[in-house]
Amino acid sequence: MTVVTYAGTAVTVNDEGFFEDPTQWTEAMAPEIARTEDIGELTEPHWQVIKFMRAEYAAKGTGPTVRILGKTSGVSVKELYQLFPKGPAKVAAKIAGIPKPRGCI
Amino acid sequence: MSDTIEKVSIIVSKGSLEGVYPALIMANGARAEGIEANLFFTFFGLDVVHRSRIDHIKVATVGNPGLHLATVAGGLPGVSSVMTHYLERKMEKLDIPPIPEFVEMIADTGAGIYACKASVDLFDLTKDDLIEQVMDIITVGEFYEMAAGGEIIFT
Repeated sequence: MTVVTYAGTAVTVNDEGFFEDPTQWTEAMAPEIARTEDIGELTEPHWQVIKFMRAEYAAKGTGPTVRILGKTSGVSVKELYQLFPKGPAKVAAKIAGIPKPRGCI
Repeated sequence: MSDTIEKVSIIVSKGSLEGVYPALIMANGARAEGIEANLFFTFFGLDVVHRSRIDHIKVATVGNPGLHLATVAGGLPGVSSVMTHYLERKMEKLDIPPIPEFVEMIADTGAGIYACKASVDLFDLTKDDLIEQVMDIITVGEFYEMAAGGEIIFT
């Protein structure tokens, strides 16, 4: 566990940089987290995915897989990988302040 | 040696359901982790990128001790289809896509999908027989060039 500061607020993250407590997350933190993942600017489709991740996590207690993201977030798999080249489910979860999704698909 | 994997090239040589899924899951999983991935379909693995065969990949019910089904029973007509259908239903519940959707999704992740030239020639196929996601029919030499600097996985 590490304490890092995003948008002027201290938050705890795990060894991989995922939030330990998703309630500590605010929208203002997202652009800073995105920069740590080499995403320069968060565009409207980025936000669409981030908000979807938050909503899915709130509803189900776990982040969605890429397949679910592609089917239900309104952003296609192809576009998801353009937005988050290092892995949409993983990177978007980190930026959205939710735990890393654990799944094989 | 680096402690992270940057690229994987996965060879698919089998045309059975249990021979194909591990490779697809590994390719898709690599992309999900931001790892570059290429799939190279050879020999009976070509069925996975064959337009009319991709929808009919079945589990091997004969000569497959892991299935715990007597070979005599596994050889009866329709048993392979029934077992395949049973597994497909279970996989759908686990959010594992059917093979055609999975291959399309893997292509959309930016993974490369290639067919082996020797196998395409052996089975008298042309690019028109293959699904649109196949980027090229390549030789083993071209495969090695593409795989250079990464891990190679044979399934």
